[in-house]
Formats: sequence, C-alpha cells, structure tokens
Amino acid sequence: MTAAVGTLPVAQAPARRDIGLKRRYAAETRFRWYGRVAISIGVIFLAVMLISIVSKGYTSFMQTSVLLPITFDAKVIDPQDKRATDPSVLIKANYPNLARDALAARLGISPDDKPQMAALKGFISDGVRTQLRDMVVADPSIIGTTRDVWVLASANIDSAYKGQIDLGVAETNRKVSDKQVGFMNKLRDEGVMAGKFNTGLFVNGASSRPETSGMGVAIIGSFYMMLIVLLLALPIGVAASIYLEEFAKKTRLTDIIEVNINNLAAVPSIVFGLLGLAVFINFLGLPRSAALVGGLVLTLMTLPTIIIATRAALAAVPPSIRSAALGLGASKTQAVFQHVLPLATPGILTGTIIGLARALGETAPLLLIGMVAFVADYPTTPLDPATALPVQIYMWANEAERAFVERMSGAIIILLVFLMVMNITAIVLRRRFERRW
Amino acid sequence: MKKAILTASAAVLALAASAGIAAARDQVQIAGSSTVLPYAKIVAESFGETFTEFKTPVVESGGSGAGIKEFCKGVGEATIDVANSSRKMKEDELKSCVDAGVKDVQEVKIGYDGIVFATDIKGPDWALTPADIYKALAAQLVVDGKLVANPNTKWNQVNPALPDWDIAAYIPGEKHGTREVFEEKLMAAGCDKDAVKAAGVGEKEVTKACVAVRKDGKAVDIDGDYTETLARIDANKTGVGVFGLAFYENNADKLKVATVGGVVPSTETIAKGEYPVSRPLFFYVKKAHLGVVPGLKEYVEFFLDDQMVGPESPLAEYGLVAAPDAERQQQRDDFAAGKTM
Repeated sequence: MTAAVGTLPVAQAPARRDIGLKRRYAAETRFRWYGRVAISIGVIFLAVMLISIVSKGYTSFMQTSVLLPITFDAKVIDPQDKRATDPSVLIKANYPNLARDALAARLGISPDDKPQMAALKGFISDGVRTQLRDMVVADPSIIGTTRDVWVLASANIDSAYKGQIDLGVAETNRKVSDKQVGFMNKLRDEGVMAGKFNTGLFVNGASSRPETSGMGVAIIGSFYMMLIVLLLALPIGVAASIYLEEFAKKTRLTDIIEVNINNLAAVPSIVFGLLGLAVFINFLGLPRSAALVGGLVLTLMTLPTIIIATRAALAAVPPSIRSAALGLGASKTQAVFQHVLPLATPGILTGTIIGLARALGETAPLLLIGMVAFVADYPTTPLDPATALPVQIYMWANEAERAFVERMSGAIIILLVFLMVMNITAIVLRRRFERRW
Repeated sequence: MKKAILTASAAVLALAASAGIAAARDQVQIAGSSTVLPYAKIVAESFGETFTEFKTPVVESGGSGAGIKEFCKGVGEATIDVANSSRKMKEDELKSCVDAGVKDVQEVKIGYDGIVFATDIKGPDWALTPADIYKALAAQLVVDGKLVANPNTKWNQVNPALPDWDIAAYIPGEKHGTREVFEEKLMAAGCDKDAVKAAGVGEKEVTKACVAVRKDGKAVDIDGDYTETLARIDANKTGVGVFGLAFYENNADKLKVATVGGVVPSTETIAKGEYPVSRPLFFYVKKAHLGVVPGLKEYVEFFLDDQMVGPESPLAEYGLVAAPDAERQQQRDDFAAGKTM
C-alpha cells in the first residue's frame, strides 16, 4: 500500500459563465461615442452660429468716414446775417450743403458741372446736418473758418466700401452709381476715406439712416430694466424663499404655492407682457414704452427663477449648521440670517444672475408694452420711452437697407458679450464663495 | 449692503407708485403698420432734428390692426396719439373708437405704396397678369364648368410664356395689410367671376371663392416681413416673392421685378395709376390730443409738408409714391380745417 496520499482530484475550473463582458464593454464604448457625437453636434451648431454672426457683424464696428475741409461759410449758414438777433437760423441752416461743397472741392468738381454734382447726392450721410450744427451751436465763432472734419459716408457708400454691394450687377439695379464708385476709389487712394471705429454704434439712438443708428437708447433701456429687476426681484424673491423654506409649515397651501411657482417659471414670457399691459399700463396708468414698465414685467418673469434657485441653495445648507446655531442659543431668525443665508449666498447670486441674463434677452413681453419702438432720444429717467438690446436687434432685422444687416449682427455680438460677462461673473462668484461639505 | 438694497427697492416702489400722477407727456407716441413704419421713422427723425424744442416722436411697430386697437383704447396720456395704417380704418374699428371716447379721428393719407412680384436676379424676365396669378395660386379653378382643386403645378401650365418652374410663391400672411391688396387687386381681378358663378357658387360666395389661396404648399404665407421673403427667394432660386416697392428698390441687386399687366412697377407708373397693384397709406390722429400733446400738431403738419411727402422728398426716395399735387394739398387743407371721420 503505498502511502495513502490520495491524489487530489484535479480541480476542474468551473465552466466559464457568460457574464456578457464583451457586450458590456462594447456598450460602454458605444455610449462614449454617442456622447462624443452629441457634444460635437452641439459644438458644431454653436460654431456655425458664432461664425455666421461674427463674419457678418465684425464690419459694423468700423464705419466709413471722409475727411473734408469744411468751410463754415456765413453765406450758406446765415445768408441774411440775422444770427445775432435770431439764433434759430443756426439750427435751420442748410449744413448738408456745406459738406457737399467741401466734397466737390476735394474731388475737384466745379459747382456748375450739374451731372457730376448730382452724383454727389447721397454720398455723404445726412447725419452731417446735426454733426455740423452741433459744432456751430457749441462755438459760433467757427463761422467763416475752415476746419478738417471727419464726416460719415452714407450707408450705401459704406456698404460698397466694405465690398457688401455686388458691383458686378447692372448700374441701375444697385444703390451706388459707377460715378460714386469712382469718387470712392479716388478718395480712398488719396487717403482721406477710411474706416473709423464706430463709436456711434454704442452711443447713438435709433435712426432711419443706418450709418447714424446705434444702440445707445437700447443699452440705457436695458440697464434701467436690469437695475429695476435686480432691486425688486432679488429682495422679494429671497424673502419669499426664506419664508417658504425655513419658516412656513408644510401645509396644503404651501404645496399649492410651490406648484404655482414652478409653473410660473415655465409660463411663456409673452403672457407676462399681456399681464403688464393690463395691470401696469391700463390699470395703474404707467406710461407706455417706459423702461419702468419693462422692468416690472421682467421682474415678474424673473421672480420664479430666483425663488427656485434660492430655495435650492437654502436646502443645500446642511441641517447641522442650523442645529448647531439653535443649540448655541441662537433664535430661528438669527440662525437663518447669520448662518444659513451667508452660506447660501453663492447659490442665490448664481440663480439671480442667470435670471437676469434671461431677462436681458427677452423681447416678447416688451412688444405688448410698447417697447418695440423707434426711440431716438436718450431716456433720462426710467419713465421715458426706451428700447432694449434684443428689441434693437429685432428692429434692425426687419429693415430693408443692406447696411442694417451688419448692424444687426454687430448688435448680436454686443448682446452676446453682455451675456457672457454676466455668466462668467456667476461662475466666478460661485467658485470663490462656494463651500463644500 | 442689505440696508442699501432695501432702501433702493423702496425707492423704486415709490417711483412706480408716483408714476401714475407723473408730469404731462411731452412726446408724441405713434404705433401701427410695419409698412408705414420706415416712413414714420424718417419723418420722426427729421422732426426731432428740425424742431429742437420737441422730443423725437416714439414710433412703435406691430401692424395696422394692433395699432388701431391701441389707438381706440380711449383719450388721455396713457393712450397713443397717432395710428399708422396700411389700409383704411374699418367701420367697426371706428365704432369701437367712438365707443371708447375717441370721438374725433382725423384721417391723413400720406401717399401710395406698390406691391411687386420679384424673383432671383439671375432668373429670366417675368411678365405676369392678374389672371396668371389667379390661375397659379387660387385654391380652386373652373375646369369644364366645374370647380376643381387647382391642377397647375408649373408656371408654364398657367401661361406658356412663363418659365418651366414649379409654382412656389411667397405671399404675405393674413395678418398683413398687404394681403388684402393682394387678394383684391390680383386674385379677385384675375378671377372670371361669371365662370365661377356658373360653376354653382352662390352670389355672395363668389369673391370668397376667387380670393381663396391654395393650401397645398405651393403658395406659402409669410407672416414675418419682407426680409423673410427675401431669405426664401435666396434659398429657392425658382421661387416668386411678393414685396413692397420700397423694399424691392432697396434690394434691386438681388431681385428681378416682374411686370404686371405689362407695366413695370415704379413710383412713376404707380403715381400715374398705370401699375395696378398699389394701395394708399394712412395715419390717424386723435383730435382731442392736438394742442395737448406738445409737438403733435407740428408733427402732422411737418409730415404733410412737401419736403417730406412731395415727389422730391426723403420718403419718395425711400419708395413712397407721392400723391398727386391736388391730393396732397387737399390733405393739408383737411387737416388744418380739422375734418374728422
């Protein structure tokens, strides 16, 4: 008997169970690809949008101007020499003629050469009337002197200078004649016609002339509205959420309020416009087209967003903070205002800024309260008529003249920059003050 | 910080409350037709530049109907002073005005506007007649004495002289004032009413049957404005679009205009009454506001001045067809005399 050292039976590896490893790996790889494709589609759309806006709009930041030696001829401005007794002659004088004569002299055209003089019509912007008038009214002593002044070329010349008008089509079918193209090339070669930075785009009010129209009124209007939204929606929204989140007992009533707030956040903005028209204008008698009414309407629209964000931020503060404060003898109000609220601030600010950014981009509610309008004068108070940035974009999109297309894209770029700054501020605030537990 | 926010909020609320009894409005307010808007803007801007003692009027857009509705809300500071309209005010609109206390409405005709058909600039020349348009775009046609769904799919089936293009027309949507002119001056004019009547349509229904536009996708309603129509033509080079004359003239390097009844649309042919598809443009003034709202009377007078609406004026340059001399004088006289509707 040999040593009864039993040989152990060779351990049989258990039959390999099919746990679908291959399939699961494949599914994972597939999913990653789905994700990449989804992101690429999003990025492509964004890129197409940005490229099309920027490529159409970047030219609007330059405006074609002509340097003209303008003689403030007393014979043209004040032919009867009455300005000492009647200052209104300085306002009603025919300033465009001064610019036309200066242009003719610069191009070497004799005033008797009627066909050439006719071609000068529409070369210089009619905005020169106010430009020169303001110079004379500010300092009447320049009458009789000659000054070099940069004046705006008309929108059609501007479009042609920027190559936006196809000069290949028949002359009768375009807004710029061959003669004007000749003048334009001559002035450019002499170095007195050039693209200047378009300050007017930022400071001018609305205008029917593309070259003198700007977003000044819209920027001020949007600023007033954002200020009103911030001053009203933030305190009201925060107070409402603190009460709902920290103090109110959970009853059927608070449930109903909560459902309603969530619903309001999803209501189409035009509904708020209708409400604004009925309540603020027709009932309270506030003025039409005023930034105040726009601000109030946008406040209503932004409130639910702010309340929801604030409640989420308050709910994210751990209960231990409250318990500790209460345990050390703080009252409920002290616990909330001295401990919970500061910790929730970054979340509240983020929600507020995102709500404001949404309000900044709204047009629909403003349509009904009369803010989709042609407003040329600066609003000095929120009670004066004003427009808003997206409204200006909409108005320019509907214009017939070619030159408004680039202005519209330029305005979109400006609006996007504003939105970007607001969103970056939200991110920075969150990063700086956020506390993690 | 918190206190500052509270104080500021209280200030805004107080401002909102006090605005109801704010000082008198010192600016003319206008609303209405998007066709009249560009003209009103030019006048408002020049007005602000010429009369430095008045503020520049505020011009809202939004459509003739919406403008008149706003106009007819009543008299007083919170209501607008002028309604622009690309059509005449309707009877029931005037009635609603009177019911709301706007008893005296002054009508002002500023000139005429033409409606043109245009195709892409590279396309062939087009010569249309109202009958062609009716045959191409009507919902139902009379074939062998019976009313049947419009069988035409190509323009050359309508008229052999037209190109071999699929019918694709971009016409103004129903909320536009332009649509009414399109129906009246083209569809109804091109329709053989007797044939439709013979096909068994009741007397009252004839016009309705004539102006009904096909809904099978060959005629597309454009509810936006002409910029959208232009974009459609850009995308579909064999499309035909309906534009205002002023819009076409501003985009003549992209569009080729069709003749209607052999007449090329232009300010001259419309002024002479040769081009058939044109309409008058109006604005309406509240008499009760004249002399109350600063600048309103001056604005209307400035608008009617020949340097604004005459044949050699900025409005004519933009595309408005000036009314004949006698008619313009008549408008000025009527306004000065305070003639109401």
